[in-house]
Amino acid sequence: MTSYIARRLLYMIPTLIAVSLLAFAVITLPPGDYADTYVLAARQSGQVVTPEEEARIRAFYKLDRPWIAQYWDWASGIVTRGDFGFSFQWDLPVNELIWPRLAMTFVVSFSSLLLVWIVAIPVGVYSAVRQYSLGDMLATIFGFLGLAIPNFLFALVLMYVSFRYFGTSVGGLFSPEYVNAPWSLAKLGDFLGKLWLPMVVLGTAGTAGLIRVVRANLLDELKKPYVVTARAKGLRERDAIRRYPLRIALNPFVSSLNDVFVQMVSGATIVSVVLSLQTTGPLLLEALRAEDMYLAGSFVMMLSVLTVVGTLVSDLLLAWLDPRIRYR
Amino acid sequence: MSGPTPATASPHSGPAVVTPAHLVWRRFRRHRLAMLGAVMTLALYVGAAFAPFLAPFGPNEYQATYTYAPPQPVHWLRSDEDGRRIFGPYVHGLSVSVDYDSGRRVFETDETTVTPIVFFPRGAEYDLFGFIPTDRHLFGPADPDQPMFLTGADRLGRDMFSRTLIGAQVSLSVGLVGVAASLVLGLIFGGLSGYYGGATDTLIQRVIEFLQSIPSIPLWIGLAAALPKDVDPVLIYFYITLILSLIGWTGLARVVRGRFLSLRNEDFVRAARLDGAGPWRIMFRHMVPSFLSHVIAAVTLAIPAMILAETALSFLGLGLRQPVISWGVLLQEAQNIRSVATAPWLFLPGLAVVVAVLSMNFLGDGLRDAADPFSS
Repeated sequence: MTSYIARRLLYMIPTLIAVSLLAFAVITLPPGDYADTYVLAARQSGQVVTPEEEARIRAFYKLDRPWIAQYWDWASGIVTRGDFGFSFQWDLPVNELIWPRLAMTFVVSFSSLLLVWIVAIPVGVYSAVRQYSLGDMLATIFGFLGLAIPNFLFALVLMYVSFRYFGTSVGGLFSPEYVNAPWSLAKLGDFLGKLWLPMVVLGTAGTAGLIRVVRANLLDELKKPYVVTARAKGLRERDAIRRYPLRIALNPFVSSLNDVFVQMVSGATIVSVVLSLQTTGPLLLEALRAEDMYLAGSFVMMLSVLTVVGTLVSDLLLAWLDPRIRYR
Repeated sequence: MSGPTPATASPHSGPAVVTPAHLVWRRFRRHRLAMLGAVMTLALYVGAAFAPFLAPFGPNEYQATYTYAPPQPVHWLRSDEDGRRIFGPYVHGLSVSVDYDSGRRVFETDETTVTPIVFFPRGAEYDLFGFIPTDRHLFGPADPDQPMFLTGADRLGRDMFSRTLIGAQVSLSVGLVGVAASLVLGLIFGGLSGYYGGATDTLIQRVIEFLQSIPSIPLWIGLAAALPKDVDPVLIYFYITLILSLIGWTGLARVVRGRFLSLRNEDFVRAARLDGAGPWRIMFRHMVPSFLSHVIAAVTLAIPAMILAETALSFLGLGLRQPVISWGVLLQEAQNIRSVATAPWLFLPGLAVVVAVLSMNFLGDGLRDAADPFSS
């Protein structure tokens, strides 16, 4: 097992190199660079920028070299010094910008994942055991709706409802008075009071999909002879379901949990723009628009790290859940 | 089980031949929701094809007096001056006043004015199917200057109903084109992977795993942001479908590969190989037809994902842009929660997205269940 984990961690290295290259290539793809953005903004505010000055700005930010050289600087900085480069737009080291945002993204995504977990398993089991009952039908309808409503639209509708009927303007992860306050119990309470909205929005699609997975797999397992045997031997119905069929049915659940986590981190980008959450999404979008490449590149890469690690964790869970799986 | 009686049991004509396609259809028909989905999907695409005709107004026609006008319900029974009762659709007029405190227009239903809805009136000119110039619409207000906003008006006083209908053309076709592109990629790579197996398979599978393990939305936001701002909208449309197909193909490739792997050692494939058929011929002549139904099901399920993706990208302002009209572009208007609070009918395109995605999911689900008519 240890060697398996070690191999997986080793395997992450080429993956991350590929991701960072891809992210960097995509970001430097647009015509023009940050110097153009800067000059354009300066001209719009009425300043005169001569071509020499423009060239100086470009040289100052080292944008006049081929992208692979820029990549090399950036990547070697990360590896040797843990330095993710410099955000042109914010005039700050990327390190100062991304860690708080990434932490928030992690908290939001992970708590949504927990919600999915807590809701999808019992509902899926109920749906399978009481197939075609009223509850099963409701779960099915909810499942299809959850998959069909775009995340950002759902967020908008929830915001609309709470604005309209509760008179509160939701959005953000903190009330205005707490945004810059240090962490305290009151701030934590405020945060938890706001967290439910992105949790519900992000969790719905995943929950809907996973209820289907659990239901379908458990239905398959329940028909197998060993369940009949278990019942015939006098096992209580609850144990006859929980001991073996459920464990096996959860196997695809865990592996599809991977995809759900990836989609959640990914979908959080759009949802957090709509809900103006202090996560990576809005900042990434801005950075991409302004061609603030080190910031954008670092975000894309760190989000990928998050999903790759999430995948590893769920594979390990799988091994723990199903003793038949042995990684070598 | 109350399944259909086996066709071989018909007593008079000996063993009847039932084609696999017929078996698929028979299975599919039993699936109520899937049938509903099929009908809805068909209706949506037909509606999109005839959108300019079905829409009472042109998409850019505006009545500046009626910005953010609320939906006007359709009434059916009225009496004329002589007290005779007339049956026919009509809407009441709207009286407009400006609330100077909020600077907003206030609309009130004006019960005294009646605008009958007539069929086949002349209206904005358009080209049906892109080449038949006409100005007839299915229905419209008898007096073109009177408001008839069945589902309200937007920021500029344009009819939301007409715009949503027209938006269907782009939103529904973007999925089809994107899926076609990803199907080509999926068939080629899935086919290579599944047919040859071994090192080719390992390599392609690693690439697919890699692509699936990275968060796609940040990446395609990056790609979409890379599109130049000032190119032809048609070209943007083309690029967006390309970006969308980048997400779609990995899933399709997996389906194709799985099928190839399971068919590779079937007798009929071996027979074809012994007959000296080349790999392309074996793949596309012998193997593809036998899992075509699976591919069709996978494709049907991939289209709604693309529609959702286009909507999300356009909503963020990174996909299609004005003057192109798609559901995502229309939903950009609904970005500001305050304007939505005063004009919730701006959500209408969102409802259209939900209906379209839901119908196609039902359809795809049914197709997937029916795809293998020989399984129990």
